[in-house]
Amino acid sequence: MTSRLEAASSGSHWDTAAFKRRLRRRRSAEKRFKWYGIGAVLLGIFFVFMLFSSIAINGVGAFWQTQIQLDIYFDPAEISEANLYSANYGKLVKQAMYSQFPEVAKRKEKRQLSRMVSVGADVMLQDLVTSDPSIIGTTQSLWFPIDDSFDMLYKNDFGRDPDKGGAGLISKNQLGWFDTLVEKGKIESRFNKRYFTAGDSREPELAGLRGALMGSFFTILVTLAISFPVGVAAACYLEEFAPRNKFTDFIEININNLAAVPSVVFGILGLAVFINFFGLPRSVPLVGGLVLSLMTIPTIIIAGRAALRAVPPSIREGALALGASKTQAVIQEVVPLAMPGMLTGTIIGIAQALGETAPLLMIGMVAFIVDVPGGPLDPSTVLPVQIFLWADSPERAFLEKTSGAILILLAFLIAMNIVAVIMRRRFERRW
Amino acid sequence: MENSTETTNKERIVTRLDDTIFQGRVSESDGADSNLSQKYRMTAKNVNVYYSETHAIKNVSLSIRENEVLSIIGPSGCGKSTFLRCLNRINDIVVGCRITGEIMLDGIDINGGELDVVELRARVGMVFQKPNPFPKSIYDNIAYGPRLHSMVNSREETDEVVYSCLREVGLLSEVEDRINKSGTELSGGQQQRLCIARALAVKPDVILMDEPCSALDPIATAKIEDLIDELRTQYSIVIVTHSMQQAARVSQRTAYFNLGDLIEVGDTGEVFTNPKHKLTEDYITGRFG
Repeated sequence: MTSRLEAASSGSHWDTAAFKRRLRRRRSAEKRFKWYGIGAVLLGIFFVFMLFSSIAINGVGAFWQTQIQLDIYFDPAEISEANLYSANYGKLVKQAMYSQFPEVAKRKEKRQLSRMVSVGADVMLQDLVTSDPSIIGTTQSLWFPIDDSFDMLYKNDFGRDPDKGGAGLISKNQLGWFDTLVEKGKIESRFNKRYFTAGDSREPELAGLRGALMGSFFTILVTLAISFPVGVAAACYLEEFAPRNKFTDFIEININNLAAVPSVVFGILGLAVFINFFGLPRSVPLVGGLVLSLMTIPTIIIAGRAALRAVPPSIREGALALGASKTQAVIQEVVPLAMPGMLTGTIIGIAQALGETAPLLMIGMVAFIVDVPGGPLDPSTVLPVQIFLWADSPERAFLEKTSGAILILLAFLIAMNIVAVIMRRRFERRW
Repeated sequence: MENSTETTNKERIVTRLDDTIFQGRVSESDGADSNLSQKYRMTAKNVNVYYSETHAIKNVSLSIRENEVLSIIGPSGCGKSTFLRCLNRINDIVVGCRITGEIMLDGIDINGGELDVVELRARVGMVFQKPNPFPKSIYDNIAYGPRLHSMVNSREETDEVVYSCLREVGLLSEVEDRINKSGTELSGGQQQRLCIARALAVKPDVILMDEPCSALDPIATAKIEDLIDELRTQYSIVIVTHSMQQAARVSQRTAYFNLGDLIEVGDTGEVFTNPKHKLTEDYITGRFG
């Protein structure tokens, strides 16, 4: 004891071997800690990269569709002004296919040949003729989506290469015809406009996201219109006006808990209250938006209160000292300063709502709906539910459609988060 | 400019201290100076303030006269700011704060129902320790109060109020070219003068200042002190300060608080040169606090 004291007082404490050893250990502990941190970050980046790249690799194909060029003769014998809506457009497509391979004569083979074009081709022709009947009697060179199994064949040899699966989906004859058509330049991969303009379909080559996009748009619109004003008002009241007592504490705890409730519970609540009790229609964005607002409101309240708390009390006092009433001080001075924080919270809450599936399943937004909704009272589905539906479909081609839809959803979410970050940076004030 | 201000300031302090010292005026215990022609603007009688369980102000009676600067000094936590904040009821927003006793503004009890708190705060303006301009333009900062109370009805009237208030605090020449820039972009001293101008814009009777110079450098402080002296001709001013020199420079009367008690109040010269109470003497001579 004395010797240590002496050593310390003489300054030699810092020179002992034991001290050097301790110092070395401290240094290496520091280095180790740093590397653990870097390792954790790298692992995170690796997984994010894996996720994004696998989705991107699978999903990019969805934006391209293999199409076939056919010369359609709009036979006046088949179509006339009188039967625009009942003419046999399918026959025109078949004839165009048969004309590519005149040697095919057997009925079974003819059927195989005509099946190579998407079943949606006749509807496309009908749309074309009804919008412009003057093309009757002419011959038009048009591009049609090819059936999804051939789409897969063209994109990744699915159905030809036994290693890649799909054996038996495509007959030998069809393979031969397909290769001939590719050689003739009649088959091409073209930008898949339908993917963005069409509603859902059982046929992968015809399925599009527009229905889901519009459904999501209306749902989010309803969510925003309800949750933002309610959330901001509640945050203002709780933070600025409410008395501090057991009851407000209780409310605060419940709001925090509400933010952590599994979302499917909100779906059941929505089903019981909005649909069964209030009798609102099923599968509509209005109800979806109501249910999602229940989820979003706690997030907005919590973010809003934090933003209000961050406004320095001197601003409140300044306004009050000039004779502003409490409400005037809060609404004119404090809320505008808290608004960026509130908006950031709102965007994050809305982004969460945009990616939500479970509560919407409960209120019937999972139905197969082909029509694109025109308003918040039309039955529709939303983007994440569409992903869920497509992921459930057996056709191979839906795999890339699913991934493509995920890409679009992710793009929206990332865009919203970037907007939130920019707003936070832009409007952040320092006192 | 700066130099001349400083000199005049110094000269004034010296003369005033001399005056007060050699005049040897009578002590002015509250309520016993009917011989003075000066009217009371605000009177506090037996005021007690409690923060939850803490007894922050103990039975304080103090008056503020017309056209005087009353300084309140005392060690930290002695209740000087608390007392000040009772005078415009800004303490109302503090949770758990309870006030008893009577505070009158021109004969009206400010805690009674007769005077709305909004009117009270317009008539008793306040300047805070830390300059707190609103994060909006200089113009809007000053126009805020008059607009709030509908004292101005047109752009011309607002302009007039804004410019005259800026002129009054000597800020006009400094900010004329950036009157639409944010008030938070000004320097600390300018911000504080802006806050004073903002308080003047609602034409108060009394101005409360809570350590208005504690965040400022000596030059900015001198400017504010000059300003306070000028404002005295039109307003009653109560200033809480940690600086005894400042109290001596700007105020006519000084009150010394200790642990929630009002120990002594009297002419500034009297209090500083011939304190009646031991505690006051210890404090101003630096033996305590």
